[in-house]
Amino acid sequence: MSTTHAPNGTVAHAAVNLCTFRLHEFTIGIDVTLVQEVLNRQDATRIPLVSDVVHGLINLRGEIVTTIDLRRRLGLPQREADQPSMNVVIRTPDGPVALVVDQIGDVIDADENLFEFPPPTLSGPHREFVTGVFKLDDALLLLIDLDRVLDHTTFKIRTEMSS
Amino acid sequence: MDTSEFDEVMVEFITESRENLDDLDTALVTLEQHPDAGVIAKIFRSIHTIKGTSGFLGLRTLESVTHIGENLLSKMRDGAMPVTRENTTALLSMVDAVRAILDRVEATGAEGTETYASLIEELSRLNGADAFAATPAPAPDPEVAAPDTAVPDTQIAPTGSSTESVPDTAGSAPASAKRRTKEASVTPLKPRRVRSKRPAKKDDEVPAPTVEPPKLGEQLIDAGLIDAEQLDGALQQQDAGDPRHVGEILVEHEVIKPTDVVDALKAQTEDRPVANESIRVDVGLLDDLMNLVGELVLARNQILQYNASVFDPGFSATSQRLNLITSELQEGVMKTRMQPIDNIWNKFPRIVRDLSLACSKNARLEMEGKHTEVDKTLLEAIKDPLTHLIRNAIDHGLETPEVRMATGKPDEGVVRLSAYHEGGQVIIEIADDGAGIDANVIRRKAVQKGLLTADEAATRPDRDIVNVIFMPGFSTAEQVSNISGRGVGMDVVKTNIESIGGTVDVQTVVGRGTTFKVKIPLTLAIIPALLVRAGGERYAIPQVSLVELVRLDGESAVAGIESVQGAPVHRLRGKLLPLVYLNEVFGTTPAPADDAVNIVVVQSDDTQFGLVVDEISDTAEIVVKPLGRLLKGAAGFAGATIMGDGRVALILDLLGVSQLAGVNSTSAARAQAEAAAARAAETRTDRESILIVGIGERRFALPLAHVTRLEELPVASVRSAGDQRVVHYRDLILPLVSLADRLGISARPEDPEQLQVLVCGNGERSVGLIVDSVFDIVDERLDYSNRTESYGVVGTTVIAGEVTDVLDIRAFVAHDVLAASEAAA
Repeated sequence: MSTTHAPNGTVAHAAVNLCTFRLHEFTIGIDVTLVQEVLNRQDATRIPLVSDVVHGLINLRGEIVTTIDLRRRLGLPQREADQPSMNVVIRTPDGPVALVVDQIGDVIDADENLFEFPPPTLSGPHREFVTGVFKLDDALLLLIDLDRVLDHTTFKIRTEMSS
Repeated sequence: MDTSEFDEVMVEFITESRENLDDLDTALVTLEQHPDAGVIAKIFRSIHTIKGTSGFLGLRTLESVTHIGENLLSKMRDGAMPVTRENTTALLSMVDAVRAILDRVEATGAEGTETYASLIEELSRLNGADAFAATPAPAPDPEVAAPDTAVPDTQIAPTGSSTESVPDTAGSAPASAKRRTKEASVTPLKPRRVRSKRPAKKDDEVPAPTVEPPKLGEQLIDAGLIDAEQLDGALQQQDAGDPRHVGEILVEHEVIKPTDVVDALKAQTEDRPVANESIRVDVGLLDDLMNLVGELVLARNQILQYNASVFDPGFSATSQRLNLITSELQEGVMKTRMQPIDNIWNKFPRIVRDLSLACSKNARLEMEGKHTEVDKTLLEAIKDPLTHLIRNAIDHGLETPEVRMATGKPDEGVVRLSAYHEGGQVIIEIADDGAGIDANVIRRKAVQKGLLTADEAATRPDRDIVNVIFMPGFSTAEQVSNISGRGVGMDVVKTNIESIGGTVDVQTVVGRGTTFKVKIPLTLAIIPALLVRAGGERYAIPQVSLVELVRLDGESAVAGIESVQGAPVHRLRGKLLPLVYLNEVFGTTPAPADDAVNIVVVQSDDTQFGLVVDEISDTAEIVVKPLGRLLKGAAGFAGATIMGDGRVALILDLLGVSQLAGVNSTSAARAQAEAAAARAAETRTDRESILIVGIGERRFALPLAHVTRLEELPVASVRSAGDQRVVHYRDLILPLVSLADRLGISARPEDPEQLQVLVCGNGERSVGLIVDSVFDIVDERLDYSNRTESYGVVGTTVIAGEVTDVLDIRAFVAHDVLAASEAAA
């Protein structure tokens, strides 16, 4: 097994198994062992009066799962209305949580030698969530800290509800 | 002995003993109040079972503690020992000790080192009050066939010493002392002999109905588990000096299983039911079943919805059948989780007894509706809040006997618990006949503690003020006692009860007592709900909170909604119903209106309000599912559920919604309900004549007493004197005031040629108030609920079904003029 990767970004083995997806213009990776399943776009029930980071609620085989709008969470521009989206369901100690992403990618074995801590020049709101970068041949893969992403105490309070 | 089998026996013993102990507390307290042979016998049996089994299981400390207690009980049963407070206290301590030992055995597998020497000593002392019985513990069990013939002299020896202790107990146990004095009057030798016989006889007779027949060995033979030879063998071994019990010896010989012995011991003391009609089931299993039924209900809902969209008679019939079976299954599983409220109430007699002793108060606990059934989870959840309320009732509620006597009440205070079902809820009331809560004391404390401003305290009605006791950090106890008064408590009670969807309310009458009314739902898992739509989403409203549905369409959709100081209201049968637009609260966009207004009238806490939604769809049984951790603190939602189409809908928490909308319990609705209640209680003499006039499009009310006459004067007769309009009236110059001008309303006189004038005052001190029209004079109590800030208006009320502002006549007419008109009236 070569997939021991703590969410805080430290990589213990030579290669890490990462589940990748596209978000805005980025390719993002998370530890594949944390991923429960991937769902097609779901009609989520919106929840008024909560942070707009919370996209809504979906029914996952009888279980109610909260979906997180990852673009909003990382402070990226909003998705176009007709742009497709998918749900990546993550296992957490408090039950599953779904991340809404643009498009799911491959599961890759990332070589630790290609890992680098985030460059100091990386800026923008998502800076605080990125724990490292894998320099892949065709792209840069951002490794994000799920614990921090799912820390609801840092969710921004929504001012109005989009309809 | 097989370890796992032994463990099994032990676990069962602990479980059953605990249940018995809970009953014992209650039984002992009952006994103290109403000595009853039946109750003693029952207590005796429970203790005897524990003693017997503990001996068998090798729990020596437990055995010795219960043994000595059993002796005392046996005397009480035979009337040789009266039921006194001292005895009861000692026996209750014994019950506590047994509980503590059982806890230790469960946790560590052993009894621990505590020997309860002082407790045993105390029980022995009480035992010794009678000549017989300071039997050294642990003593052989009766079934071990203690030789009861020829009691050796040595056993009588303690008699002498215990006679000395008679005066000791005489003080606390006058009844027994009296009985003993009789015996003591006989010569010293004789009673000894008499007694030496009596105990021997007692051993034969006393436990006779319960313990002696059938003996354990005989019983095992009867059950066909052993034969007479095996029993004889065991008995011989015992005679040969084996200190163990027959059962133990037999188990060691692997003749029988330990469970058989325990069953036999139990059978010795219990009147066994003809057949075992109930079984023990793990609560976890019931929880799983409930969850599965929840899922089944959801699947059923989805099938029913699908059924509605296809035409297939066969499928339709099957789904109907599925529907019925699911409903019955759901009901059945729910029933398995229902337990009588007595399961937690049975702890209270003891609490009341101990507390009233600790506070030197005289309290009696009355319970009504013990058999009211509540879901197990809810029962657990209300246990602590109820205990707290009972503690409070005794510590804060009831007065000391002296104070009670002084105020003409019986010295014994009553705490009354009652439980009943009402409208799909369980209502539990905790009432005391104590001093009640003085709203002014609360006001003072609340201001002192900075919970309310002096202004708030002064203006809020008593009923609201009393509810301040539920605010965090409030405590009225002058002195912090170890029972209550730390200022934590009532707020926790309220939070705990609200966390399970319940409410708590307090009613109090100074000098008469306080009643706490706790309302909890029957169950939490599956509830009937109304489905509504707002802003494109569906929401479920628990049916418990539902009062009625109102639909305003056509013209009434516009005219039916009025505004009081900018807040929308609807007049529902003469009462003002505050309206809350769900879309506004949630910041969602209303669906294109079909020019109708859908109002869901709901009750939350004590407040009624109308929730305006886009669409009212349907009712459904919904399965309540919690919102995830990420949504903790989402206000206004009690959970979520899955609908027939598989989508998720949020369940509204009406208390939260009302708070978000600012319709809280201190609002107009409650004040109005209060006013209505007050009105109903009021006699006719409190009513007054009220004049209703129209100015612009509004209606105003003022007491008729302020008006001397109503006049219709031609506009042409009005003259100007300086900047004042006047009219020549009854040989006087009557100054005129246009209320429309002063209130900033554009006047709409019915008849432009005539002025409607209310003449206030008398003679020279008169003023004429111009209004547009005079509508009516009604006899009613003029109370207005909404204090307003606007000039010339003191409040708003409903008179004859119409929203009416109450005029502040002092804003327009000088004080002495009013005095004059009142004098004239």
